[in-house]
Amino acid sequence: MEAIVLPFVEGLLGPLWPAVKPVWPLVWTLVKIVLILSPLLLSVAYLTFWERKVIGWMQVRIGPNRVGPWGLLQPIADGLKLFFKEVLFPTAADKKLFVLGPVMAIAPALAAWAVIPFSPGWVLANVDAGVLYLLAISSVGVYGIIVAGWASNSKYPFFGAMRASAQMISYEVSMGLGLITVLMVSNSLNLTEIVGAQSKGQFAGWGLGVFSWNWLPLLPMFAVYLISGVAETNRAPFDVVEGESEIVAGHMVEYSGMAFAMFFLAEYANMILISAMTSIFFLGGWLSPFGFLQQIPLVGVAFSNGFHWMAFKMAAILFFFLWIRATFPRYRYDQIMRLGWKVFVPLTLVWILVVGVWMMTPLTIWK
Amino acid sequence: MEFKTILFYLFSAITVVAALRVITARNPVHAALFLVLAFFNVAGLWMLLQAEFLALALIMVYVGAVMVLFLFVVMMLDINIERMRQGFWNNLPLGALVGLLMVGEMAVVLSGRYFGLANLPPQNMPANYSNTKELARLLYTDYAYPFEIASVILLVAIIAAVMLTLRGRKDNKAMHSSDQIAVKAKDRMRLVKMSPEVELPAVAAKEGE
Repeated sequence: MEAIVLPFVEGLLGPLWPAVKPVWPLVWTLVKIVLILSPLLLSVAYLTFWERKVIGWMQVRIGPNRVGPWGLLQPIADGLKLFFKEVLFPTAADKKLFVLGPVMAIAPALAAWAVIPFSPGWVLANVDAGVLYLLAISSVGVYGIIVAGWASNSKYPFFGAMRASAQMISYEVSMGLGLITVLMVSNSLNLTEIVGAQSKGQFAGWGLGVFSWNWLPLLPMFAVYLISGVAETNRAPFDVVEGESEIVAGHMVEYSGMAFAMFFLAEYANMILISAMTSIFFLGGWLSPFGFLQQIPLVGVAFSNGFHWMAFKMAAILFFFLWIRATFPRYRYDQIMRLGWKVFVPLTLVWILVVGVWMMTPLTIWK
Repeated sequence: MEFKTILFYLFSAITVVAALRVITARNPVHAALFLVLAFFNVAGLWMLLQAEFLALALIMVYVGAVMVLFLFVVMMLDINIERMRQGFWNNLPLGALVGLLMVGEMAVVLSGRYFGLANLPPQNMPANYSNTKELARLLYTDYAYPFEIASVILLVAIIAAVMLTLRGRKDNKAMHSSDQIAVKAKDRMRLVKMSPEVELPAVAAKEGE
């Protein structure tokens, strides 16, 4: 993309270009960050709206429909309201850490997007250790909740922080182990190459790419990863961290205004991140599921590879998040721990062995 | 000055300040968070040395797991800071000795060229050089047995730690999922048959007339 923009910028600046040239890489990186983050934050806003609508329909209600046409301006109104509200500090709170909490929650949620590719070449940093980077960054996300819970100096936030630290560490283990099988079959830690590895295979050759993606041969890992993703973002039915009926709102009890909104932004940005990661690791990223339909005139274009497929897959996974929130009751705490340690971890360990043996036999489908 | 050099000084300055604050901060939670900051900056330094696997593993293991549990424990304890400071002068000689030893070892490593220990690989790696891949190749081929033995020792340590602290309590109320699933409606609820109307006693019936 830089190759298209650069001559244009050079022409626009004319004689000023030599002065800008030394800082151009910095400027270009900042432009790319803005290009990734502004649609992301807009998606976060409309994900909250979509969530309220979907849950409304599932509960035979209408959902927000008052602000703007079809209620479409509702998230803007919510944002403005939170923006103008005062941020209250509890008297006994640790002020510095109280401010740091929301920052530490949202920073990893946004930083992780640096290595996510949206389409071939559409990535901020095409690094070789992309998977490692994602694992490292997502493991830092828990600090926001812990720091906020402790700094509030109040009972419920503290309960929330303790629940969060136990739950998020447990499910990181199964998420990481699930990803090991993905990198075994893709033979790379680079996210673009992981998607590329899914475009090969018998079915992909017939134009039925959907059966060549990792979800089918690694089906148990796909399930483990998806469910761990729900637990990792503290969404229902694993939302004991902020379980309303038990501990009000967990770590967010003492927060108001924009500080509270930051936790919300972080949670929804993490949901979108998990959906992007799942579509890259297991659902073929931007690859088209039915490539053979490209030969149809006019509508065939929609069946070529491209960002629209990635967006569609992410939207489908996000809908899954909302769907299960409206469907399942909250897990009991010991059941969450049991599922993570006694079901998912052994399952992933066994499946790593199965995939390893499978790759070594003549029956291997990954060459 | 190259941009990398600026980054190096930035990371090292923050590391040193954070490490100092770890031992000078009065609040243990603040100290633990400063340690996290120090880890982050050391990871940055390793990244500058093109050791991306070590850098990311440091964040993943130490920041993402060890320090979270550490904070978890520190937050639960009600630490009396005054009492913790009492033993400072008594423990100083031993602490100073260990510190001096570490400084000496670091000096030997850092001035390896002077001591004739410098055996570092050339810094100019090809563009497609992957630190992660090289490390994995060494670990799983040349050093496969030492690596496996180290892992087994760690596993034994984990199991030993669990066994040492595991005491079966008599008042344990933990539930077993298999028992819970095996429960039938009969076990939990008793249906009692009774007629919908009860005959009034004779006296009450008379009064009603």
